[in-house]
Amino acid sequence: MRKTEYITRNLDQDGIDRRGFLKCMAWAGTGAYCVLQGGVLKSFPLSDAIERGGGGTAGELSFVQISDSHIGFHLAANPDVTATLGEAIAKINALPAPPAFILHTGDLTHLSKPEQFDTLNESLKSARTERIFYVPGEHDVLEDNGKSFLERYGKGTRGDGWYSFDAQGAHFIGLVNVVNLKAGGLGNLGSEQLAWLEKDVRGLKSSTPVVVFAHIPLWTVYPDWGWGTDDSAQALSYLKRFGSVTVLNGHIHQIMRKVEGNVTFHTAMSTAFPQPQPGMAPGPGPMKVPAEKLRSLLGVTDVSFLRGRRSLAILDSALES
Amino acid sequence: MKKTICRVGLVTAALLLSLGMKTAARHHASAGVLERSPQALTVELKDFSFQPATLAVATGTEVTWVNRDEEPHTVVSTTQLFASKALDSADRFSHTFSQPGTFRYFCSIHPKMVGTIIVKDPGSGFSAHRR
Repeated sequence: MRKTEYITRNLDQDGIDRRGFLKCMAWAGTGAYCVLQGGVLKSFPLSDAIERGGGGTAGELSFVQISDSHIGFHLAANPDVTATLGEAIAKINALPAPPAFILHTGDLTHLSKPEQFDTLNESLKSARTERIFYVPGEHDVLEDNGKSFLERYGKGTRGDGWYSFDAQGAHFIGLVNVVNLKAGGLGNLGSEQLAWLEKDVRGLKSSTPVVVFAHIPLWTVYPDWGWGTDDSAQALSYLKRFGSVTVLNGHIHQIMRKVEGNVTFHTAMSTAFPQPQPGMAPGPGPMKVPAEKLRSLLGVTDVSFLRGRRSLAILDSALES
Repeated sequence: MKKTICRVGLVTAALLLSLGMKTAARHHASAGVLERSPQALTVELKDFSFQPATLAVATGTEVTWVNRDEEPHTVVSTTQLFASKALDSADRFSHTFSQPGTFRYFCSIHPKMVGTIIVKDPGSGFSAHRR
C-alpha cells in the first residue's frame, strides 16, 4: 500500500468516498488501522501501524470488541469455532495493557443452546479484562424470544436487554435489534427502545463521546441480505448533537467502515467464520475458504479514546495476518 | 416364459413412465409450473430464500420445509397459523393446510426471507404452480 493510497479526504459532509470505502473493504481480514482526527479518517494497513509502534493507539480508555463467536457451529467453514475464539482471547491477552472491558456484539452462540452459552462463558473466563458487556445476535434469541439470553446476560438491562453505562467520560449504549423482527424487514429497535434511548442521552453534554454497540449494523450495508436496521435513522437522530459518535456492529463477519458527519460506523470480524462481501454470493451464509486463509479473516477489534482530542482509534487485528 | 417377458415389459414401461414423469415435472418446474402432485410438496430454505417462494397446493396437503443452508432458519406464519422452532442445517418442518386461503410466512431470524402458500380446494379450478 503506497502512501498516496491512504484515505485522507475530507469526510465532514457525506462520509467516506466510494474509492476509499472499497479500499478499506479490501483490507478486511488483513488488519487495518483507522484514526479519526478532526473529521479526517486516516487509514492504513495494520503492518504499518505495527512498524510505527502502535501509532497513537494508546489512549485513556482502551477496550476490545469481539463478535459472532457462533459457539456450536461445526460445519466446513470452521469445524472448531471454540478454538478460534480461544485464539482471539489469546490475542487480547497479548495486548500491552489489558483492555478496560470487552464488548461482545452478538451471536455468542449458533443456536442459543445452554451448553453453547456455557462453552462461551468458560472460554471468556481466561480473558484478561475487568468486565464483558454483551448484546444479543439473532442466533442468541432463537429460544423463547431471548428469555434465556436475558437470564444469563440481562441483569440490570431494560426491555429486551438494552442498557447504557459510562466509562472514563464516554457514554456507552448497548442496543438490541434482533427481536420481534417483521416479515420482509431488517433489524428492528422498536418504539419502546427508541423512547428509552432518547431519554438516556438527553442529559448528556454534547461533548461526551458516545459509543453505540448492537449486533446488526445500524446503517444500511446491504438490505437485500438484511444487513441494516429499519429504524436506525430514528436512533441516530437522537445522537446528532454529539461531537463524536462511534457505532460498533457485528453480524456481517467482515470489516466495513463509514464516516457520516459526526458518526463513525464500524463492523468487526467474526471469531468463527467469514461471510461473503455484499452481493458476491447467492446468500450471506458461512464462507468456506482454504484452511490456511481462515485465520486471516477472523479477528478482534481494539478501540482507544484520546480524551480532549476528539480522537478515536479503531484497530482491527486478524488472528493471523 | 411369455409371462416373464410380459412382466419385464411392464416393469420397463413403469420405469419409463416414472422417468418420463420426473422429466416432465422438472421441465414444468423450470418453466414455472409444477403439475399437481401432493406427495412432492417440499420448500427448500436455500441461500437465505424459500424455494419456491410461492407454492400452490390443494387443501389438505402437507408442506414440508427443509433447511439446506448452513444457517438456522425458521418458518413462521405472519398470522401465527404455524411456527417452526429454529431449524438447523437439514432440519425439517411440516404443516398440513386444511383450509383454503393465501398464507404468508417468513424466517423470523432473517425476515428478508418471505414466502407464500396458496391453498385451493381441488374442485375450484385448481392448478398447482410454483414461481
